Amino acid sequence: MALAELQTQITGWGRYPLHPGRLNRPEKIRDLRLPESGGAIARGQGRAYGDAATPHDNELAVQTERLNRFLAWDPMAGLLTLEAGATLSEVIEFAAPRGFFPRVAPGTRLLSIGGAIAADVHGKNHHHMGSFGSHVSEIELTLASGETVVCSPREDAELFWATVGGMGLTGFIRQASIQLQPIDSVWVSARHYPCANLDEAFRIFEDPLRDDQHTVAWVDALASGPNLGRSVVMAGHHAVRDELPPHVADNALALKPKKERNFPLDLPAWALNPLSVKMFNALYYKTQAAKTAPFVCDIESFFFPLDAIGQWHRLYGKRGFAQFQCLIPRARAHEGVREILERAAKARKASFLSVLKRLGPGNPAPLSFPDDGYTLTLDLPYNDKLPAFLGELTDRLTSYGGRLYLAKDAFATPEQFRIGYPQFDQWLAVKQRVDPEWRIRSALSQRLGMEVGQ
Amino acid sequence: MTQPSASAGQPVWILGATSGMARGCAIELAKRGHPLYLSGRDDEELRRLALDLSVRYGVTVHHGEFDIEEIDSHADALKQVIETCGGLYGVVFAIGYLGDHLKAREEWREANAIIVRNFTGAVSVLGLAANHLEKQADGFIIGVTSVAADRGRQSNYPYGAPKAGLSAWLAGLRNRLAPTGVRVIEIKPGYVDTAMTYGLPGLFLVADPNDVGRDIVRALDKSRDVLYLPGFWRLIMLIIRSVPEPIFKKMKL
Ligand SMILES: Cc1cc2nc3c(=O)[nH]c(=O)nc-3n(C[C@H](O)[C@H](O)[C@H](O)COP(=O)(O)OP(=O)(O)OC[C@H]3O[C@@H](n4cnc5c(N)ncnc54)[C@H](O)[C@@H]3O)c2cc1C
Repeated sequence: MALAELQTQITGWGRYPLHPGRLNRPEKIRDLRLPESGGAIARGQGRAYGDAATPHDNELAVQTERLNRFLAWDPMAGLLTLEAGATLSEVIEFAAPRGFFPRVAPGTRLLSIGGAIAADVHGKNHHHMGSFGSHVSEIELTLASGETVVCSPREDAELFWATVGGMGLTGFIRQASIQLQPIDSVWVSARHYPCANLDEAFRIFEDPLRDDQHTVAWVDALASGPNLGRSVVMAGHHAVRDELPPHVADNALALKPKKERNFPLDLPAWALNPLSVKMFNALYYKTQAAKTAPFVCDIESFFFPLDAIGQWHRLYGKRGFAQFQCLIPRARAHEGVREILERAAKARKASFLSVLKRLGPGNPAPLSFPDDGYTLTLDLPYNDKLPAFLGELTDRLTSYGGRLYLAKDAFATPEQFRIGYPQFDQWLAVKQRVDPEWRIRSALSQRLGMEVGQ
Repeated sequence: MTQPSASAGQPVWILGATSGMARGCAIELAKRGHPLYLSGRDDEELRRLALDLSVRYGVTVHHGEFDIEEIDSHADALKQVIETCGGLYGVVFAIGYLGDHLKAREEWREANAIIVRNFTGAVSVLGLAANHLEKQADGFIIGVTSVAADRGRQSNYPYGAPKAGLSAWLAGLRNRLAPTGVRVIEIKPGYVDTAMTYGLPGLFLVADPNDVGRDIVRALDKSRDVLYLPGFWRLIMLIIRSVPEPIFKKMKL
């Protein structure tokens, strides 16, 4: 029996762009498959900002949220096998009390394992641990043909690496085995380094004595002139028991009960303006920069501060927003980040949240985003001038040999995409093998002209 | 986390285990430390659900195929559960089949399938389980019916009628077993967000199946015998039941 479908408007976390489309929601694993005809794309928790989990107009997005069963746990190896619709949050709730944690955690725990693999997500520890796909030991995939196959770094490695970072386009991920790391506590020992400008931030990032397992910088993207790149580098590591105050050390693996509050309304367009963001940034800088002494904080607020406010994207109002996340190769990173920040500050683009982070070497996945260099992230509310501004910014980026993160992008052109991802042809060869008719496709694959030959 | 209750360690049999609501029940029972036996028609899904519950909550979970329409197989199924689990303490009956009410007008096969899956089959298997629990003088039976049992409406009376039958049957069973201490609880869910309702236009107040499943098990902690879930349905159905028939029969429901 065909599954019921919901005709609706489909969009990503940034709420731009919006496409008419259909949704279905299988509850049984065998229903995670393509429709009889037409194209489809898998959709996890819809946390990709742009159009990666949005189907072509009026085609189908298959939501995986009910396919979230845990299938095996090997505590000796720290290996968890689970259906790809399960969220990272579920993994943490399961693993933390047992003394384990995901090896790679992005800035939200409200994403699915399928989404984490398809975007090959990175965390604050990329320069030490690499990205999510590097800790996946096996994937079970349903191909466009309906056939189910297993792939891993050893078995059909080409398909495996094309699926890691492949934005859902090689097949529907049914289940995966992921490697967890042992932890001593659910606490992080953290330390902040205030930086007056970009030079200082880079100095701290490159200083092995200040670096930690997890290192990331919050940047005030509106600071300009001598203050350009004013930021707070935040470093931390999973605390061992000795670092904990006695009252928590006794119960070091107990997670705090979750308290999530929803952001109550769509803010009007004027609410986020350069002045209000500037005031917020100044206040944030002051409070965060003060924490120069090591302090202990819980896992939730260190890794997932935004998750405390559900639906926070409503902050940007109904028109939505875009996230510009780019990678600039190490050699020209300093120069490139400076130029992008200068352009953003000059255009008075109020970026509420800007993050700078050092990345380490990439993995063999041809479409994986992270690689040796620095990544800068800007959140920008949508307005009519935004596409042109981002177009320019992206052109500048590619001139530095940089690229955009496909899980965040909503504006790039086919040319910009090709320049940023020179290994696309290698990926395409695998796609042609497993889905020559491009039955699995998305608004993203269409926009970026990935569907060549179609 | 839920505290294990006094009956922790006592096996519970879940019929219709692949439904969303049943999964919610199973999770709550597993958290309370009950070993489980999951029955349904879809072996592959049962296997995955069983793995999930045992990996996450560390309880023993068995599973087996069960077809409510195969009445003759029910006695063996019960025996199988008791042997595998080393006993039986509780039964959750979560089988429900909405069917196609238009088809049921034309084809007796469809009308009958709705009756067997929602009523006759339930009477058969729960009757056998009741006899077992009566002898052991401890345990529970939870039957999931529906708010549709409360009043026949043109759009779903082929489903509402057998559920109403089951409702009356459970009331009688409760009356019979009361002296033994075996509890018989009836759950009447409203709209639940499952494959049965997904994408239907105009549905309101749709509840999360995990929440409903959890609350079904929590009924064991309370004294009420008939529970509407979510609770506000009690009020809605009170109103719907009180509309006089001369008016009701003219309404488009
Ligand atoms: C607050 C916030 C912070 C974030 N921080 C980070 C960060 O620090 N680092 C980082 O790398 N990313 C980050 N992200 C981005 C996010 O991690 C990715 O977009 C991720 O892919 C979202 O997962 P999802 O389950 O929501 O997937 P969706 O948005 O639903 O889908 C994303 C992609 O995954 C594919 N997909 C999903 N499930 C499957 C499946 N079962 N089989 C095949 N393909 C599938 C989709 O087709 C789509 O291409 C952040 C996002 C938010 C909202």
